[in-house]
Amino acid sequence: MSNIYKEITINGLWKQNPGVVQLLGLCPTLAVTTTAVNGLSLGLATAIVMACANGAVSLVRRFIPSEIRVPVFILVIAALVTVIDLSINGFAHSLHKVLGIFIPLIVVNCIVLARVESFAAKNAPVPSMLDGFMMGTGLMLVLGLLGAMREFIGKGTVLSGLDLIFTGMPKALYTMPDYHGFLLAVLPPGAFLGLGTLIAVRNWIEIRKTAKTNTTSPLKPALNH
Amino acid sequence: MPKEILKHASKTALTLIAFAFVGTAMLAFVFDKTKAPIEASEKEARLALFKQILPTSAYDNDLLKETVQIAPNEQLGNRQITIANIAKINDKTAGVILEAIAHDGYSGDIKLLIAIRADSSISGVRVLAHKETPGLGDYIDIAHGEWIKLFNDESVNKTPAAQWLVKKDGGKFDYMVGATITPRAVVKAVFKATQFFEANKQKLFAVEK
Repeated sequence: MSNIYKEITINGLWKQNPGVVQLLGLCPTLAVTTTAVNGLSLGLATAIVMACANGAVSLVRRFIPSEIRVPVFILVIAALVTVIDLSINGFAHSLHKVLGIFIPLIVVNCIVLARVESFAAKNAPVPSMLDGFMMGTGLMLVLGLLGAMREFIGKGTVLSGLDLIFTGMPKALYTMPDYHGFLLAVLPPGAFLGLGTLIAVRNWIEIRKTAKTNTTSPLKPALNH
Repeated sequence: MPKEILKHASKTALTLIAFAFVGTAMLAFVFDKTKAPIEASEKEARLALFKQILPTSAYDNDLLKETVQIAPNEQLGNRQITIANIAKINDKTAGVILEAIAHDGYSGDIKLLIAIRADSSISGVRVLAHKETPGLGDYIDIAHGEWIKLFNDESVNKTPAAQWLVKKDGGKFDYMVGATITPRAVVKAVFKATQFFEANKQKLFAVEK
């Protein structure tokens, strides 16, 4: 049993990572990751939505006729997102000002629907929730990393905007003195370049890993097709 | 055959309706629970913003309650009715907080909040919303620079109309090289707002309850 959970975790965080492998949900990935805090918060919101959506759909999966499963899934996801949107607005207002326009976008984030359709509709509630949460966490890590990269290169700060989430925290953990910023990293092209770099690094690690266990070149099997 | 189709269709439709009902009920419940906190934090955020441009010592009334509706006009650049908040001390008008929109920014509208004291001097200006280039034109935003504080204590009495321009255009307001269009638009909008204030002083101050 624990094997399944382990596999789900590895899939979400590494093997099938939505941010750098499945490349689903690029719109928020590219748009919000101007700072690490933005990326992490939206990633966390997505992870919560995915865990709830997967759990909810898995619970009622027997009652959903397959012809109308997509509208039902979207309805469940949309309702959950709105609940989270309202809760953040009510209890973390300053964060809502930053993430406000992106939270409704979680509804149309393909990764949420993809996991509901491909995992939750076929599996028990607990593994489904874990799958949603791990996929979301995988996305969150990518968003956080990308945000941290763009923020540090673009503005020379580490974790700026922390005060928006936890009152009483400093505005940024670290600010590079006399840094004039590298605008490209903050602008949209920087998001593409940063994501490309992350994908390249992940692929590089994966290739090295397969090369180590398997002496033949990882590219060879592909040539046989 | 048609009977079977009808049966199947109604069963599916009922399932969908059931899900819609549960979803809507959940939304209604959460909306109701979060309504008060959302309103409270919106009010708090608004007051915190007011505090930046008008010190709390400058008024003793409830700014959010004493308001005037302002019809769309060219001087403030508003295309819809906006609300001006009236600051009072001992029931005498001490200042006005106006919303102005500059349409000639580098990209999109720049929304400004301007506090003007009764003696026509500006207490403070803040940018509410803008889409200027990050790192270039965004220094008008207090989060990215102190530039907007140049307007503190400015007034049409102190600075003649011809001086309400950025330095590049022969005025007195500083700007940063590389982004002139943005500050030019803001200076113009603030100037026009002070003009609006002068022209409508009587009307704005007439709301003595």
